[in-house]
Amino acid sequence: MNNIPEIEIRNLSVTFNMYDRGLRQKNIKVISNLCLKAEKGEVLAVVGSSGSGKSLLAHAIMGILPKNAVVTGSMKYKGLDITEKRIKDIRGKEICLIPQSVSYLDPLMKVGNQVMIKNNKSCFEKMRKAFRRYDLCENSEKLYPFQYSGGMARRALISTAEQTEPSVIIADEPTPGLDRKMAYRTLKYFRDFADRGKAVIMITHDIDIAVEYADKISVFYGGTTLETTRAENFIKGEKYLYHPYTKALYNALPQNGFKAVKGFQPSPYEVSEGCIYFDRCDKRQEKCRGNIPVSVFDNGSCFVRCIYGHSV
Amino acid sequence: MNRRRKTIFLICFTILIIFAVFVGGAIIPETALKADFAVKNTAPSLNHIFGTDWMGRDMFLRTIKGMSTSIMIGMASSIISVIIAVLLGTLAGTLSKYTDNVVCWLIDFVMGIPHIVLLMLISFALGRGFKGVFIGIAITHWTSLARIVRGEVIQIKNEQYIKISRKMGKSSFYIMKNHIIPFVFPQAIVGGILLFPHAILHEASITFLGFGLSPESPAIGIILSESMKYILTGYWWLAFFPGLMLVIIVILFDILGENIKSLIDPYTSQE
Amino acid sequence: MMTIKYIIKNLIRMITLLVAVTIFSFILVTSSPIDPVQSYVGAGVAVTPEQREEIAEHWGLNDKPIERFENWFENIIKGDMGTSLIYRKPVSEVIGEKFQSSMILMITSWIISGILGFVLGIIMGVFKGSFVDRIIKTICLVISSTPTFWIGMMFLMIFSVNLGWFPTGFSVPVGVSADSVTIGQKIYHAILPAITLSFSSFSNIALHTRIKITEIMESDYVLFAKARGEKLIDIIKRHVLRNALIPAVTLQFASISEIFGGSILAEQVFSYPGMGQAAVDAGLRGDIALLLGITIISSIFVFVGNIIANILYTVLNPKIREGGVYSE
Repeated sequence: MNNIPEIEIRNLSVTFNMYDRGLRQKNIKVISNLCLKAEKGEVLAVVGSSGSGKSLLAHAIMGILPKNAVVTGSMKYKGLDITEKRIKDIRGKEICLIPQSVSYLDPLMKVGNQVMIKNNKSCFEKMRKAFRRYDLCENSEKLYPFQYSGGMARRALISTAEQTEPSVIIADEPTPGLDRKMAYRTLKYFRDFADRGKAVIMITHDIDIAVEYADKISVFYGGTTLETTRAENFIKGEKYLYHPYTKALYNALPQNGFKAVKGFQPSPYEVSEGCIYFDRCDKRQEKCRGNIPVSVFDNGSCFVRCIYGHSV
Repeated sequence: MNRRRKTIFLICFTILIIFAVFVGGAIIPETALKADFAVKNTAPSLNHIFGTDWMGRDMFLRTIKGMSTSIMIGMASSIISVIIAVLLGTLAGTLSKYTDNVVCWLIDFVMGIPHIVLLMLISFALGRGFKGVFIGIAITHWTSLARIVRGEVIQIKNEQYIKISRKMGKSSFYIMKNHIIPFVFPQAIVGGILLFPHAILHEASITFLGFGLSPESPAIGIILSESMKYILTGYWWLAFFPGLMLVIIVILFDILGENIKSLIDPYTSQE
Repeated sequence: MMTIKYIIKNLIRMITLLVAVTIFSFILVTSSPIDPVQSYVGAGVAVTPEQREEIAEHWGLNDKPIERFENWFENIIKGDMGTSLIYRKPVSEVIGEKFQSSMILMITSWIISGILGFVLGIIMGVFKGSFVDRIIKTICLVISSTPTFWIGMMFLMIFSVNLGWFPTGFSVPVGVSADSVTIGQKIYHAILPAITLSFSSFSNIALHTRIKITEIMESDYVLFAKARGEKLIDIIKRHVLRNALIPAVTLQFASISEIFGGSILAEQVFSYPGMGQAAVDAGLRGDIALLLGITIISSIFVFVGNIIANILYTVLNPKIREGGVYSE
C-alpha cells in the first residue's frame, strides 16, 4: 500500500479539564490512543455505543473542540499534519462535517440561505442543485429549521457538504430519528460520495447499517478504537473478527443470537492502564494490564489492539 | 494558585472585610462622632483619612457607621426577600396552574411600578423613616429570585424521580419538603447574597432622595445627600469617600455571591 | 392569528395590572400617617382646627376612603388626575410639562445605553475570556455596583465644578423665564444628566448581552459554521447578530422601568426639573394627587414597554410568527 490515506490518525487522545462541584479540578480523558485511517473511495464506519465520545472524534478532526480540551497524538490529512492553522483553511472546503441534528442549523436563518456559503449566484445554484439531489423542494429553501422534519433537516445538512468539493466527509450519527427507509436512503448518499472517490467517515452506533453500507468498520470502545476490519468479516463469521469485544458485538446482533455482553462500558473517569476492555473480557490475562500491542493485517489497512493479535 | 483555592480565599477575604465593617461600625461609640468645630471641613489627612464634615466629625468613622447600618438593613431585608421568593416561587412551581398564574401576576404587578417609585410610595405610606425603607426594601426585592426559583422548581418537577415519587403516592407536601426545597436551597442562598447589592443600593438611593432614614441617623444615603449641599464648595471628600466605600461593599457582596455560586454550581456560573 | 390573540391577551393582562396598580397605590398613599394638611402648609406652621377642617373638606379628606377612591377613580378614567398642591395646577398639566424635559433625558440615554451596551456585550461575548473581555467586564461590574446618584455627583464635581464645562443645575439658566429658553440651552443643561443616566444603565445591558452571546458562541450552529470554514467576522454577521438581536431588543424595552428609576435620581442630583424631581417633591411634601398621577404614568410606561417587548418578540421570532411544521 503506497497510497497515502486521506485521513490518518495515530494515538489521538482528548482530555477535558473540568471543574467539579466545590471547584475541584479533574481531567476527563474522553479519547485515548485512538487510531484511524480513512482512504479514498471507502466508507469507514466508526461504530460504538451511544455516549462513548464518538462525536468528539469528529470535532477533534475539525478543530472545533471546546477551549478546555487538550489534544495529543497525530492527525494527518493527505500525509501532512493537521495543524490548528491548516484546519482553518481546509475545513468546510476539503474536509466537510455533516453534523447529527437540526440544532446545528441556525434557528433564525432560512435553511436555503445558510446552506449557501456566500450570497451569490453560483452559490445559490449549487445550493439549489444539492437540494434537488436530496429531494428538497424549492419551497423548503425559504423555510426555517424548526419547520423541517427530521428527514428534511438531515438532507439539508448533507447538502451542505455539496457546496464545495471536499475529499473527506465526516458524518456524525446520520441515521437516528429517521425511519428505516429514510435511513437507507441517507446511507446511499454516503455510498455515492465514496463511489465518487471521496473518503467517508461515518460515525454511528448502528452496527447493522455499518455492515451493510461501509467498507471498513472501526470498533470504538471506551474512547479508543479496538479493531478496524473489513465490513464483510461481520458477515463471514465470528472467526474473522479478532478482538473479543468485536466478537461480542457480533454475537449481540439479532441474527446471531442476541447475546448481550455483560458489564458496562467504563466511564471516562476510570480509565486505567492496560486494555480498556479488561473488566469485561473473558479471555483476560495478567499481561492485559500492561501495554497492548497493535497488530496489523490485511496489507496494513486493518488492525486489532489485543494481546492475542489477529491469529486467533 | 489554583482556582479552587483562589475562590475560597476570595470568599473568606470578602466575608472578613464585610464583617469588619459591620462590627466596626456597630461598636463605634456615639461620642466618637461628636461635633468638633475646630477641625470642621478639613481635607483628608493622616488624622482624618476621609476628611471631616461641617461639624468636624471624622468622615471615616461616619462612613463606617453608615455602612454598618446599611449592611444591617440590607441583610435583614435580603433574608425576608429570599423567604418570600422561595415561598412564592415554590408554590407557583408545585401547586396548580391557578396558583402559578396568581404568583406570576403578582410578580408582574410588583415589577410594573418602577422600583424607586414603588419604594417612595411604600415609604410614604409608612410615614418614611426606618420602617418605611426597611419594609419597602424587604417586600420589593423578591421578584426576580422568585422567577428563578419557579423556573427551577418546574424543571425538577418534570424529572423522573419526582414523577416516580408522585406515582408512589407521596403527597405534594412530602415531595416539596424532601425533594424540592433541598434542591432550591443552595440557589436561594446564592440568590440572597446577590440580592444584597440591590437592596443596599436602593436603601442608599431612597435615603438620598429623603424618603429613607431620618437625617439624624448614621446612614450612607444621609451622608451623601448632605454632601450635595457642599458639592459646589469644593469639599469633594464629603461625597467621594463614602460613595466609594458603598461601591466597594456592594462589589464585595457581588464577588462573594459569584464565588459561592461557582463553588456550588461550577457548570452554569460564568467562568 | 396567533399573534393577534397573543397581543389581545397581553393587553388585557396589562389593563388588569394597571387597575391593580392604581388601587394599590391609592391605598398606600391614603393610609399614610403623614398629614397632608400639615405637609401642605409646611412643618411648624400652626393651623387652627377650623382652617384644617376647611382644607380637609375642600380636598374631600373627610369622605370615607371607598368614596374617595370612587370619586378619584372615576375622574382618572375621564383623564382628570386632580390638582397638584405644590404646583397649584391640574396634575395632568404638571405631568405634561415635566414629562417633556424628562423624555429628552430618558430617550437619549435609553438609546445611547442600548447601543453601547449591545456593542460592548458582543465584544465581550465573542472574545470571552480574553483580556478585552475581562477589562470591559470588570468596568461593567463596577458601574452596575455604583449608585446612579453617586455617578451623577462625581460627574457634577468633575465636569461642572472643577472643569466648568456644564452648568451646575436647573434645566434653564438662572434668571431666564421658562418660556424664553432656547432649545440649545435646554440641550446644554440636559447633557450631563443624560450622560450620567446612560453611563449607569449600559452596564447591565452589556452584561446581559455578553451572557447571551456566550450561549450563542457555544451553540451547535456556530460550531457547525466554524466547521464549515466560516470566518469569525462572517459568523458574527451571519449568526451572532441575528440571534442576539431579539433578546437584546426585548431586554431594551423591558428596561424602561430602570431608566425611569435612574432618571429620578439623576434629576435630583442635577436639580433637573423633570418628572423625577416632581415625584420626589410630591412624596416629600404630601402632594397625593401628583404622586399618584406620576405613579400611574410611570406604570403605564413600564407596561407599554413590556407589551412592545412581547410584541416585538413574537414579530421578530419566526418560530412564533410562522408557527407550524412544514411536512412533506
